[in-house]
Amino acid sequence: MPKVTYVQPDGARETFDIATGKSLMLGAQSHGVAGILGECGGQAMCATCHVYVDAKDLDLLPSMSDDEDAMLEDTASERKPTSRLSCQLEASDELDGIVVHLPEEQAL
Amino acid sequence: MSVRRVAVVGAGHAGFTVCATLRTLGWDGELTLIDSDDSLPYQRPPLSKKVLAGVETLEDAYFRPRAFYDDHGIGLVLGHRVVGIDRAERAVQLDDRPPVSYDHLVLATGARPRPLRLEALSGLGPESVCYLHTADQGIGLRERIAAGTRVVIIGGGFIGLEVASMAACAGKDVVVFEVAERLMGRAVSVPIAEYFHDLHTAAGVQVRLSSTVCSVQRVVDRLELHDGHSSVAADVVVAGVGVAPNDELAAQAGLATNDGVVVDAQLRTTDPHISAIGDCARFPHAAGKQSGIRLESVQNASDHGRHVAALLAGEPVPPYDVVPWFWTEQHGRKLQMAGLTAGYDRTEIVHTEPDKFSVYCYAGTRLLGCESVNSPKDHARARKQLAAARGSGGGSPPVTV
Repeated sequence: MPKVTYVQPDGARETFDIATGKSLMLGAQSHGVAGILGECGGQAMCATCHVYVDAKDLDLLPSMSDDEDAMLEDTASERKPTSRLSCQLEASDELDGIVVHLPEEQAL
Repeated sequence: MSVRRVAVVGAGHAGFTVCATLRTLGWDGELTLIDSDDSLPYQRPPLSKKVLAGVETLEDAYFRPRAFYDDHGIGLVLGHRVVGIDRAERAVQLDDRPPVSYDHLVLATGARPRPLRLEALSGLGPESVCYLHTADQGIGLRERIAAGTRVVIIGGGFIGLEVASMAACAGKDVVVFEVAERLMGRAVSVPIAEYFHDLHTAAGVQVRLSSTVCSVQRVVDRLELHDGHSSVAADVVVAGVGVAPNDELAAQAGLATNDGVVVDAQLRTTDPHISAIGDCARFPHAAGKQSGIRLESVQNASDHGRHVAALLAGEPVPPYDVVPWFWTEQHGRKLQMAGLTAGYDRTEIVHTEPDKFSVYCYAGTRLLGCESVNSPKDHARARKQLAAARGSGGGSPPVTV
């Protein structure tokens, strides 16, 4: 199974096996990772599963939909070039080993 | 006196958010989350969306795994009903369990589907009509829809239409009965109601407006519904005719209720040691005039939860004043609503593409709200604009859970 590493703002790291096809948001929730709310349940509606993807992994990512791009305008923490919604990123062999950093805040 | 023991009744979005936020804020008192459902606390929106469509399991809808509650010292009391509140002793009474004492009690009891009241539900057991509220009901409905071919939905609101959309997508014959002249009632503007009406019709859903089902009968292996003009056969009948707040516990304890538990701008009931949040709470709002408003949404539940958690953790918190927002998804279209548009007298429609547009609803020159189809940028902007107009930052203090 693909491995995903979640890094807290204080630098604490946790790595989990996430089933292929499962979103990084659901993966975080099912392992109890702090810092990801996912209040809309993964519909790209609420922007509370915001993550910063590690620069080394940026090229691996699928392109962003217009919906995701729009909702990233509405994040509680600053949007950066590495910002993604983790509900829109699915674990896969291509993303095996991906590292995502959690923002300070998720809710407006 | 500082609050050392918090009990929360109801483990939906509101109750869960209170608990998770209290721990995030570093509050280290005794915390108990109580729910009559024996399932690990779960999110409800997927029940009418991805879980109903079979794309996700109930486990995917859990807020967190069991270990989260142990790790964060959140005591779960699941599968037990609260039967009373002893305000003098500050304790909630449970069925077959010792009472839970509190310094502060949070009522996050939610709402329940209104039962279908028909003159003729002749000879039918309660299992003949499906409701969608709990995880068990969601999974039961998914199985019944999979096994049947004719799905009839009574009520053209959000829940009914989401079920209609999913059933039509699965290739079922779908009929929707709606009492009113349009879909989704006062929750959306006329242009949005008409757009979604057309979508459902184009997807093969038969929408019957201004139509009241007067009887449901079992005929051999199927159900038959009559609306006074004609009859429709069904394998599955789903009722989505609104909800009623679970405010009986509060009323029985002598707290003020009025179609919901009445709370002030800090979401406190008439007993300062008890708050009420989420679907069950009637709170002050400019749109509600004297009687306040009650909203049924994830955003409302979560923001209420964060507000009360911050108060209990001793943070300075301004009165609750947040722009409400909602969403629904039908036939692959996302509808996002910001603000409350009921009572508008004028709309402006801004199209970017045929299936991407926003309806801005005004009362005079004042923007009441914005309803966006597949246009999340408009939605995000409207939320900011509405928040700025209220002179608020648009939400509770930022909190990470």
